[in-house]
Amino acid sequence: MSETTAPEATAPRRADRAARGGDTSPSSDGRRAKSLRRARLVRTTAFKLTIVYLLVFGGLALGLIAYISNTTKDIIDRQLESAIEGETVELDNEYRRAGLFRLMRIVEQRSMRPDANLYLITDFSGNPIAGNVAELLYDPSKATPGAAFPVLYTRLVPSEGAEGRTHRALARLSVLGGNYRLLVGRDVEDRIEFSGIISRAIRGAMVVVAVLALLSWAFISRVVLRKVDAIAGSTRQIVAGDLSRRLPTDGSGDEFDRLAAGVNTMLDEIERLHAGLQEVSQNIAHDLKTPLTRVRNRLDEMMRSAPEGEEREAMLAATVEECDQLIRTFDALLTIARVESHTTAVALEPTDLSAVVADMAEFYEPAAEDAGMSLVTKFAPGLRIPGEPTLLRTMIANLLDNAMKYGTSPTNVVDLTLAREGDWAVLTVRDHGQGVGDRDRARLTDRFVRMDAARSKPGAGLGLSMVKAIVGHHGGQLALQDAAPGLAVRITLPLAGADAR
Amino acid sequence: MKVLIVEDDQEAARYLARGLGEAGHSCDTAADGEDGLEMALDADYDVLIVDRMLPKRDGLSLIEKLRETDKQVPILVLSALAQVDDRVKGLRAGGDDYLTKPYAFTELLARIEALGRRKQTADFEAVYKVGDLELDRLSHTVQRAGKSIILQPREFRLLEYLMRHAGQVVTRTMLLENVWDYHFDPQTNVIDVHISRLRGKIDKAFDRPLVHTVRGAGYVIRADAD
Repeated sequence: MSETTAPEATAPRRADRAARGGDTSPSSDGRRAKSLRRARLVRTTAFKLTIVYLLVFGGLALGLIAYISNTTKDIIDRQLESAIEGETVELDNEYRRAGLFRLMRIVEQRSMRPDANLYLITDFSGNPIAGNVAELLYDPSKATPGAAFPVLYTRLVPSEGAEGRTHRALARLSVLGGNYRLLVGRDVEDRIEFSGIISRAIRGAMVVVAVLALLSWAFISRVVLRKVDAIAGSTRQIVAGDLSRRLPTDGSGDEFDRLAAGVNTMLDEIERLHAGLQEVSQNIAHDLKTPLTRVRNRLDEMMRSAPEGEEREAMLAATVEECDQLIRTFDALLTIARVESHTTAVALEPTDLSAVVADMAEFYEPAAEDAGMSLVTKFAPGLRIPGEPTLLRTMIANLLDNAMKYGTSPTNVVDLTLAREGDWAVLTVRDHGQGVGDRDRARLTDRFVRMDAARSKPGAGLGLSMVKAIVGHHGGQLALQDAAPGLAVRITLPLAGADAR
Repeated sequence: MKVLIVEDDQEAARYLARGLGEAGHSCDTAADGEDGLEMALDADYDVLIVDRMLPKRDGLSLIEKLRETDKQVPILVLSALAQVDDRVKGLRAGGDDYLTKPYAFTELLARIEALGRRKQTADFEAVYKVGDLELDRLSHTVQRAGKSIILQPREFRLLEYLMRHAGQVVTRTMLLENVWDYHFDPQTNVIDVHISRLRGKIDKAFDRPLVHTVRGAGYVIRADAD
């Protein structure tokens, strides 16, 4: 019983400990972090690159060494062969000059030398009569006279008891006069030894290459991971809302530095847009609240005092008009936002700017005349730009509207000019009114900015913001200039085909 | 006229149906695209008012489906999307007119009536007549009480549009869109000034004015003072 209950009793405790350990134990945390880091190291690009380098360099080293050892073997073989051939010829000459005994003497002499070559003379029936070979093994089919062939041999050792090992050699057989046969050979164990050295070198080199690759992988991934971790850390903080934070750059100019610099430039732009957005939403909140309050108050007043007849009509009409104005303001804001963000799906198409401007001048001319202003126009014909006609008309309408509202002067002249300057179409709207001071001019294109002079006139202060957005969308530039007297709005737009952007 | 309103916002549908009813039209309403398509196919309506964003089947798809059949009913597309490209998409799908929310009811009414009568009116007539005013579309001449009147090309087109819709209210936006083909808000009273110039030429020298201002809506050209 006790044997069966004991594990049951301890099991929950162990599980409990494991559960607690999983949460609190710093050592297991550390282990997990370590194994996590290891897993991350393996996933890195550096690791993959290291493997590729390892394979490429290993293969290259192997190929190079195989080539060198093969070539070396060939050279050594050729040297051996020619040495054997030379000696054979020499011995053959001796035989012819001085006969068999002389030859045997020379062979015996040479056989006695340390590191002697291989010599064997046999008689016509194949019995050895001189030389230092005890046993000879070879493939008879390869043993053609006049060419070297591989043999296995055992050396005849002068000192008794020291039994010779079987060696490999390269040998050459020649038939002497009188049907004696002479075999001269060279031991090739050295060469085989040399091959062994090379293959050991190969193995060693492979190990060194592998170790170096692993080391460089560890180094690269550590360095790279540290940079990536730094970037990831900064990114998290930026995502968390700290838009002023930037990615770390070390000025080294490496890929990470350039990447970080690029991202930082992007962040600058995002921060700028974000700040603009915040300012705009504050402006909107402020500037839309005012008319909404008026609407609300008027309705409230009507509820309380219940006006009748004409007064009621007038109040309702004014309220509807106020709402319409609000809607127009909203539409204008939306259009500006869409145009500024370039998300409007309307593509820029070749547009005859001259025709658009002339039509608009014709459209506005009666209204200008009604307002006591005269529109003086001068257009260069046939200027084509990549454009969107409705946006361009909105732009011109806003400019003419402004000029007519604020450009009253003794002459009441508004100049509308379209000219060509190089690759640019230049549209100028100039009034001769009192103009705008230097400081205020810079603020004119901000949303909801209205000069004191404009407070009494209808409008939301969005006209020039809209113009600026549209000009920007067309890749052009907007300049507000002091025309002394009056304000000159100068717009330069790139002509079609000019590719000035 | 018999009008079908396809609109999922019940408050908006009620507002429309009531207003159109007061103007003497009978209205049916459908709350989603599938119902709307079915009703439009089953009955003969003079005009359809179709909201762009509808449950089950969106407005543009409804229009495209309807245009695959032989139903010739004119369609006014309603949308909260106000950009030029949205308008173009609505018309390309087969809509006849496009109105952006929020709209003035007078604007919608004027457009509905213009669309509804489009069928029987004078796309093919060579001469438009209102009272003693005559406009010859072929020779581009205008006469009133036998006297020739010289108009600028744009004034001619303005008068032509008014006379084509004689007896119907046309709004400033309708004039802007149809006479000038402009799709922006000119903000000032530019259209009024053009109308007043036209009046100076066709009404000023005569006893009975033909072009009338409809307060809060637009203009109408008609012979009778009623």
